[in-house]
Amino acid sequence: MPSALIEKSFRTKRLPHIWCPGCGHGILMRDVAQAIENCGLDPDKVVIVSGIGCSSRAAGYMNYNTLHTTHGRAIAFATGVKLANPDLHVIVITGDGDCTAIGGNHLIHACRRNIDLTVVVFNNNIYGMTGGQYSPTTPHGEKGTTAPYGNIDYNFDIPKLAEAAGATYTARGTAYHAPQMIKLIEAGIKNKGFSLIEGLSVCPTYYGRKNKKGSAIKMYNWQKDNCVDVKKAEKMTAEELEGKIIIGEMSHSEKPEYTDMYKEIIKKCGGDK
Amino acid sequence: MENNKKLVINPAWCKGCGICAEFCPKKVLQVIHEKVQAVNEEACIKCGLCELRCPDYAIYIEKEGE
Ligand SMILES: Cc1ncc(C[n+]2csc(CCOP(=O)(O)OP(=O)(O)O)c2C)c(N)n1
Ligand code: SF4
Ligand code: SF4
Ligand code: SF4
Repeated sequence: MPSALIEKSFRTKRLPHIWCPGCGHGILMRDVAQAIENCGLDPDKVVIVSGIGCSSRAAGYMNYNTLHTTHGRAIAFATGVKLANPDLHVIVITGDGDCTAIGGNHLIHACRRNIDLTVVVFNNNIYGMTGGQYSPTTPHGEKGTTAPYGNIDYNFDIPKLAEAAGATYTARGTAYHAPQMIKLIEAGIKNKGFSLIEGLSVCPTYYGRKNKKGSAIKMYNWQKDNCVDVKKAEKMTAEELEGKIIIGEMSHSEKPEYTDMYKEIIKKCGGDK
Repeated sequence: MENNKKLVINPAWCKGCGICAEFCPKKVLQVIHEKVQAVNEEACIKCGLCELRCPDYAIYIEKEGE
């Protein structure tokens, strides 16, 4: 018998999931379920939308309305679902490749509209499913199967990108810091507008192996030792922050939401009669 | 300790990654032959950190009456 949360939130007949031993995606997927539970959402009103990738397999395991779409298009499908029925809580689970490479344009335009979606990016810094190609979040200098001598691209800072494009809630958490990650997703769900929560995942199989990061355990210890909460970071010097990753709520603002504004337009045109 | 809570392990779902054991504050857990075991269960404080960090939902704290 699994725990009450797992029994309620997952299609337990499909567990254990296919993710590798130690993969951070399992921890982050549980965080999403716990956040939905903590927000007290009616499961019938929750829609999980994903694209393609290891991370996007989450939609197959979660016991809500789920939509497993095509690579990079999760946010586009989610936009359609939300516009068709604004009463639904639409949560997108996507990978760094799915969200910021092939799906990068959908991401920035959904941010720009401030449509009420909660996007949780499982960022493992690589394309896991297809064998370890570098992604837009592979750190500069790190390796992938397509960057055997080191990646010369600079990586995206996803929350910053989303904030600049117009998202009204942005945050970064990690698989290691699960209690905080749950709270960040909760805040994202509660924000009436576009929310982006980056969850730093761990891919021991490809990112770890290609970059000699050691075991899964070593990679979680790295998150533990190198992530600094944004409140603590404010009191640290640039020197002390060198090589560190800042986690916590990155931005939160208010602005009219897209489906609300759309309803207003319909009303103005007499379409609600 | 809280008597109405119990540590539960589901070996069928455990993939032996050892994350729960590494970060257990009381060193209760150990991976033996690729499955986790509670080798020092008396020391468990039922903090639930193993449950939060198990990628496979194979370990958790059960509350009585649930
Ligand atoms: C249109 C299209 N292009 C390419 C692919 C191949 N493909 C499948 S998953 C993937 C990348 C997945 O990476 P990411 O989104 O970071 O997820 P991860 O597997 O790392 O969790 C790619 C390129 C595809 N399925 N469809
Ligand atoms: S390849 Fe990487 S991301 Fe995919 S399941 Fe394995 S560890 Fe996880
Ligand atoms: S509940 Fe806490 S003390 Fe008990 S095994 Fe899990 S992590 Fe260790
Ligand atoms: S974290 Fe989960 S899967 Fe990994 S050893 Fe512990 S119980 Fe097993």
